[in-house]
Amino acid sequence: MNKKIEDIKKINVSKPLRLDCGKTINNFPLAYETYGKLNDNKDNAILVFHALTGDQFVAGTNPVTNKEGWWITAVGPGKAIDTNKYFVICANVIGGCMGSWGPSENNKETNQPYGLDFPVITIKDIVRAQESLLDHLGINKLLCATGGSMGGMQLLQFCATFPDKTFSAIPIACSASHSAQNIALNELARQAIMADPVWDNGKYFLKDTQPKNGLAVARMVGHISYLSEQGMQEKFGRKLQEKADYEFSFNADFQVESYLRHQGNAFVERFDANSVLYITRAMDYFDLSKQFKGGLVEVFKNQKTKFLVISFSSDWLYTTKENKDIVIALNAAGADVSYSEIVTDKGHDSFLVNEPEFLKTLKGFINSMHEKFKNEKRI
Amino acid sequence: MKKEFKVIAELLPNNTRVLDVGCGDGALMNLLTKEKNIEVRGLELEKNNVQECIYKGLPVIQGNAETELYQFPDQSFDYVVLSQTLQAFYNPDKVLKELLRIGKSVIVSIPNFGYWKVRTSLLLFGKMPITKTLPNFWYNTPNLHMCTIKDLFNYCDEQNIKIQKVVGINEDKISLIKKSNLEIKNFFSKLGIFLIG
Repeated sequence: MNKKIEDIKKINVSKPLRLDCGKTINNFPLAYETYGKLNDNKDNAILVFHALTGDQFVAGTNPVTNKEGWWITAVGPGKAIDTNKYFVICANVIGGCMGSWGPSENNKETNQPYGLDFPVITIKDIVRAQESLLDHLGINKLLCATGGSMGGMQLLQFCATFPDKTFSAIPIACSASHSAQNIALNELARQAIMADPVWDNGKYFLKDTQPKNGLAVARMVGHISYLSEQGMQEKFGRKLQEKADYEFSFNADFQVESYLRHQGNAFVERFDANSVLYITRAMDYFDLSKQFKGGLVEVFKNQKTKFLVISFSSDWLYTTKENKDIVIALNAAGADVSYSEIVTDKGHDSFLVNEPEFLKTLKGFINSMHEKFKNEKRI
Repeated sequence: MKKEFKVIAELLPNNTRVLDVGCGDGALMNLLTKEKNIEVRGLELEKNNVQECIYKGLPVIQGNAETELYQFPDQSFDYVVLSQTLQAFYNPDKVLKELLRIGKSVIVSIPNFGYWKVRTSLLLFGKMPITKTLPNFWYNTPNLHMCTIKDLFNYCDEQNIKIQKVVGINEDKISLIKKSNLEIKNFFSKLGIFLIG
C-alpha cells in the first residue's frame, strides 16, 4: 500500500516569508526526507536540492510512488554519497506537489486547491523556504550542499543568500542565469499543458482530474532535452518497437516514440500540471547576477565555501560553457573552486544515471571535504 | 619529493596565494599547503590528474593553460608557478605574458636545452637528445619550443621582465645563476628555475 502524501514528513514553517512577488506567507508546510544519521559533532550533514520534477525522496524507495528514489545511483549505503557515513537531507520545493506548499495544496481562504491563485515564486523563494528545515534539524553548518540542474541553481542561490551555511558545495550541470534556449523549452512545456482543454485555467482539480495529454507532451519535451543527440542515436537509432516493419499508422512504430510516450504517461501519474507551470517559471526568472550590483562576481565575494563545479560534455541544456561561467565568476571573486568536465554521451541526464567518472569525482570530493571540515571543527 | 619542488617551495614565502599552472596530481600544491600554509589553486588539463587533486581536497580547475588563463583576474595571485610546461605551449610568449598579468611574480622552470648532455647528443651523435628531463623521442615529444637557460635569461632582458632570481639544478646540486656565471651554469644545469616579474 502506498503512503499518502498526507503521511510523509513535514514541518510547518511559521516564520513569515516575504516572496519576491511581494506577497508574504507563513504557516506553510515543507515536506522533507532524511537518510543516514546526524553524528554527534554534526559534521556529516549533506543537503540535496532536487531538480524540476524531483522530490524529497532521493534514495531508497519513494513511499508514495513505490519507485526508486531519483538519485539512487549516487545516494545510499556505500554509494558516492554514502548514507552509512553521511546524513542526507532533501526537501520538496515549494510550488511542488510532494507535500510542500504548492498549487495543489488547499487554500484555506477558499477551501479548494490554490490552482492559479498560487503566487508566482522564484528560486530564491524556494531556497529561503528551506532554511527553517536546517534549524528544525539543529544544523548550523552543512558539510556539503549539492544539486543538479534546477537543484544546482537552488544551490547557487543558497550559497549567495546564506554564505556561511555550508562548508562545501557541488553545483552540477546548472547555470547562474537561465538561458534563452531553456526559457524557450520551458515555455513549450507550459504551452503544451495550457493548450490541453482539461487544464481549464488551472481549475482541473474541481473535476478531480489532470490535463494528462498536455502534461505528457510537456514531459516528452523535457526528456528529449535531457539526452544528447549521440546518446539518443545509440540508445534507439531507428529501432522499431516490438514489430518487424512499419505499421503505416501513427502508433508508436519507433522505440524512441514508445520511450517518450511511456515517460509522458508515467509522469502524469505522479506530478501536478500546475506545479510544472510554477516551477518552470521560477527557473526562467532565475538570474543570480541580476540580484547583486556588479554581477556574478559580486555574488561570490567573501565566499568561504569550497566549490566543485561539474559539467557534462554532451549536456546541451546546461552546457559546459554555462557551468564554466560560474567557475570564472568564482575565480574572479577569489573563491575556492574546483572544476571538472565529465566526458560522456549521456547528456544532461548524466548526473542521474550510472556515470562512474562522475560518481567517483563526487565521492572523492565529499570525502576530502569531510576530513577538512572535521579539522576545522576541531580548531 | 622532487628537488625542483623543494627549490620552488623555498622561493615562496609562507601564507601567500599561489596558482599552480599545470599542477599535475597536486604534489607541489600539497607541499605548499601543508608546509607553508599557502593558499593554492591549480589548473590542469589531464582528467586523471584533476581527479587526483579533487580526491586530495586540492582546488583544481580542469582546463588548458594555453587558452583558459583569461579567467583569472589581473594580479589575483602573489605567485604563479609553471613547472616544466612552458616549452609545450604553441605560444610560450603569450602564456608567459598571461602568467605575469595574473601573478605579482612568476616562477617558471624549464628543462635546459643548453645542458651539456643535450648539446653532445646533438653534436656528437647527430640525434635529438633523450635525457631524464627530456625522455621522449622527437616524434612523440609534447615539447614544441625548447629553450636554454640563456635563452630565457635573454628573453626576460629583452622584454624588460625583471629577473629576481635564477636557480640551476644539476642532479643534487643547486646553484644561483647570474649574468656572470650564465655561460657555465647554462652548460651544467639540467633545469632552470626563474623567479621573475
